[in-house]
Amino acid sequence: MNNIALKSRSGNKVANRKVISDTLLDLAKENSDIYVLTSDSRGSASMVQFGNELPEQLIEVGIAEQNLVGISAGLASVGKKPFVASPACFLSMRSIEQIKVDVAYSNSNVKLIGISGGVSYGALGMSHHSVQDLAVTRAIPGLHVMMPADRHETKKMIEALIDYDTPAYVRIGRNPVEDSYLNEDYDFEIGKAVEMNQGNDITIIASGETVRVALDTACALKDSDINCRVLNMHTIKPLDEVAIIKAAKETGKIITLEEHSIYGGLGAAVSEVVSQNHPVPMKIIGIPDEPAITGKTPEVFKHYGINAENISNIAKEMIHHN
Amino acid sequence: MIVLVDESFLKRKSIQIRKDLLEMIYNAGTGHTGSSLSNTDILTALYYGVMRIDPENSNWQDRDRYVQSKGHAVESYWTVLADKGFFPKDELKTFSQFGSKLIGHPNNKMPGVEMNTGALGHGLSISVGMALGAKKDGKSYRVFTLMGDGEQAEGSIWEAAMAASHYKLDNLIGIIDRNNLQITGSTRDVMNNEPLDEKWKSFGWEVIEVDGNDVVELVEVLNNAPYKTDKPTLILANTVKGKGVSLAENVVGWHHKVPSEEEYKQAMDELTERLEVLK
Repeated sequence: MNNIALKSRSGNKVANRKVISDTLLDLAKENSDIYVLTSDSRGSASMVQFGNELPEQLIEVGIAEQNLVGISAGLASVGKKPFVASPACFLSMRSIEQIKVDVAYSNSNVKLIGISGGVSYGALGMSHHSVQDLAVTRAIPGLHVMMPADRHETKKMIEALIDYDTPAYVRIGRNPVEDSYLNEDYDFEIGKAVEMNQGNDITIIASGETVRVALDTACALKDSDINCRVLNMHTIKPLDEVAIIKAAKETGKIITLEEHSIYGGLGAAVSEVVSQNHPVPMKIIGIPDEPAITGKTPEVFKHYGINAENISNIAKEMIHHN
Repeated sequence: MIVLVDESFLKRKSIQIRKDLLEMIYNAGTGHTGSSLSNTDILTALYYGVMRIDPENSNWQDRDRYVQSKGHAVESYWTVLADKGFFPKDELKTFSQFGSKLIGHPNNKMPGVEMNTGALGHGLSISVGMALGAKKDGKSYRVFTLMGDGEQAEGSIWEAAMAASHYKLDNLIGIIDRNNLQITGSTRDVMNNEPLDEKWKSFGWEVIEVDGNDVVELVEVLNNAPYKTDKPTLILANTVKGKGVSLAENVVGWHHKVPSEEEYKQAMDELTERLEVLK
């Protein structure tokens, strides 16, 4: 693909929540069945403008996440297309039973947007971090789990989900994100990983905001003549097993990167595929099993080694160890 | 609204449903006997005297919606749906058998079931969504939700109760099957939720109290809802758990007890006798 922002272009930073709001607003103007539901979260979801322009299509439920998801399932059952925008920490925990039963089990066409996900609430601490959400949602049958890398992918993902009837959980962060793509001039396919950089020496599989870190790592490794494949696993479920097995076979080593606990998330999902199909050495980089340290996302990432410098070193060790 | 109902038909139907559900539970060796006998008259009223439905076209867009929040009392529900022709009565024989779609909780793989329920405290939120959808579309269908009285301890019910009055959902009718018992014992002892009428009133609902085992009264009361424009209706249906089968009436242990051969015979004889009287 030729639309990848391989090198960091730190000027372009847009928050994915803003993109979701703008995209949904455009689509909802043409389709009165599209609804946004918020739990006193329209500000944090950047949905104020949506609510102002389409007040009949924004449903406020107050600070009541269980009710939020249940109401959405009811709306879906009478033919609406509800998009639920609520902080990932609450949406994926407080209302997980409604997600399991009312949404996934009942096959309700509800799209759950977990905003301010991962560690993006920074200093607010573990109550507001959501680094277990992929583990929990991934284990629920009938629910897609997705995480866009940047503004371009976010737009493509929301557009793809509008006429896609399977329920989905989409997790995004709070803060402006650097681009990983140059534009939206490409085909986005749910469940299909994007090879952001070619290479056969090692593979880094990332999703969400860690895709940028993976690309930066690939650039750094290039300076050491190491060709690093980068797979953007924007859909964590259903997982692109073909791309993972191919990477295991062709590159022989895999590093996974995620803004999530090292338990049960992307790394776990990838290792489930690798270990049962083509076992190769792997490293799972993410948040260790502890209440994550508080700070700004780059500070937290650096603390846990989710940065190009550390991952380049790990990649080199894995290659030289071979 | 004046509704002409065949009182004798309704009464006989509610006894026949009881016999059918008991047979199903007895053959399956599992089921919520007391809970299903408790809400049989409510379901009979809804499906034979109140709701606009079309079993031939179960997805008819303008149908009234029924959501059974107290999902465990499913035996009366399955029996009524089969009797109405949503699926063949023969399927009742598969209840709770390996791989059957007729499981121990409502399952929307079966025609006539709107949503999967079973985890308590979910149904009213779902119903708020449906009722809100009807308002948005300018449609006149109503949404009926059956809850248990023990279920009132679930906090999510009160989230939904608040939202229903906030959005002025007078097309939503909540029904509480108030039999005063739950699996551990008396609802007042386990977690006292009274006074339920005052609680619901304070949440902005119009509350109507009825004999929840009087199928004729239920039809009349349910058909007259809503009672106030812009207000959701709560029907506080006073019921007897195990109603219609003397040995199970008001006995905590019958929540999900299966009758023995002797108990089954005694129960069926009692119901058959009552049916004969009504003929």
